[in-house]
Amino acid sequence: MSHSLDLFGAASPDGAWTVGEVTRQARAVLEAGLGPLWVRGEVSGFKAWQSGHWYFALRDRTAQLRCVMFQKDNRRLPGPPTDGMQVFVFGRPTVWEEKGEFRLTVIELLSTERGGLWQLAFEKAKAALQKDGLLDPARKRPLPLYPARLAIVTSKDGAAVRDIIAVTRRRWPSLELFVIPTKVQGDGAEDAICRALALLGRIDRLDVAIVGRGGGSREDLWSFNSERVARAVAAVPVPVISAVGHETDSTLCDLVADHRAPTPSAAAEAATPDRRDVAADLGQLSARLARGLGRRSERVTQRLDRTLDRLGSAVTLRLERQRHRLSAVSGRLDALSPLRILARGYALARDAEGRVLKRVAQFPPGSAFRLRVSDGEVAARATGEAS
Amino acid sequence: MTSEQASFARQLERLEEIVRRLEAEDLDLDQALKLFEEGVERLRQARERLTVAEAKVKQVLSEHAGKLRVEDFDG
Repeated sequence: MSHSLDLFGAASPDGAWTVGEVTRQARAVLEAGLGPLWVRGEVSGFKAWQSGHWYFALRDRTAQLRCVMFQKDNRRLPGPPTDGMQVFVFGRPTVWEEKGEFRLTVIELLSTERGGLWQLAFEKAKAALQKDGLLDPARKRPLPLYPARLAIVTSKDGAAVRDIIAVTRRRWPSLELFVIPTKVQGDGAEDAICRALALLGRIDRLDVAIVGRGGGSREDLWSFNSERVARAVAAVPVPVISAVGHETDSTLCDLVADHRAPTPSAAAEAATPDRRDVAADLGQLSARLARGLGRRSERVTQRLDRTLDRLGSAVTLRLERQRHRLSAVSGRLDALSPLRILARGYALARDAEGRVLKRVAQFPPGSAFRLRVSDGEVAARATGEAS
Repeated sequence: MTSEQASFARQLERLEEIVRRLEAEDLDLDQALKLFEEGVERLRQARERLTVAEAKVKQVLSEHAGKLRVEDFDG
């Protein structure tokens, strides 16, 4: 088609263009004349369709420009812009033939506000987590002092997993490690991390978990700013250490976790005691134990010695005394023995019951009694009055 | 807290207690010796824990019908 001005053609209904021809032509002219470009403006009438495509207009004081951003392009962004937001968009001006509409097919969208869309999406998710109490410091659980089992949720191929294994083996070699490999960035990373986190609750006798990755750009770390991932972290039944390698901002994952570490290695250190420290503690306890017993046994030994001394002399004295007493008693016994007296010619008078009869009144006339003499007993009877 | 890590923590707590009692209380020699022997045994067990061979690293791959698929990690 030639576009030299043909007044006659243009003036004649016979030469009329079809709608399709005009719009197609307009599109060709527009696309040839205006290549891909950056546009700055304010978002207005934003609408996300079921298909995932975004429709909105960019405005300034004098004009408005209709925009579409397809799902394949907008899914890289952390979240949608809001009406009134100042943005830069990069896109191709075109004509949407079916609607005869001039519009911009947007490929990239940046907010001019500080932090932009990232910040917006972050704040929105953070507010939701806050509302549900998931950022409450009282929720934070202490890390176990002497863990036996640790799980690591991270990329199988990253430096993070190797660093954590190396550090924990050096510090606390008895620790059993469970790696739960997951994609940590790109399409599907959020789902993968959530699935991996859900597996943590299935590991028997798990003490503590580390979730994270090595450093990366803010975009690379974005999965750890996902509200879904943050909620999955909060749902883990054991204490979680977040190690998303970046120094400046905290991710939502960091905020929800029980402990935040700046790097995977630091997370491994937070998760484990150093066996050298524990060995030093044990050494001290061992020394105190020995001293404790030493002191005790010294004191006890001294006391025992004293006791033995006292006991010793007491026994000797007592024995000595006993011996004296014994000989004295036996001497007295000997002296008291009636047999000795009887042997000297005395006799002992006793009644039928064996009672010794010592006085005249005990011998009524005619009463029977027995006389014990040195070599035996004789039956006797009182014959008369006392003399 | 699992029984394993709890047992290590308890081991240390008990050791502390034994040492404190030996240091402070006026025990008779028999009790003191008993405590000392228990302390020595607990120290031995705790030290064993520090020198134990490295445990293998496992990787958890998936869950199916309530069972985890676990294998050695070769990373």
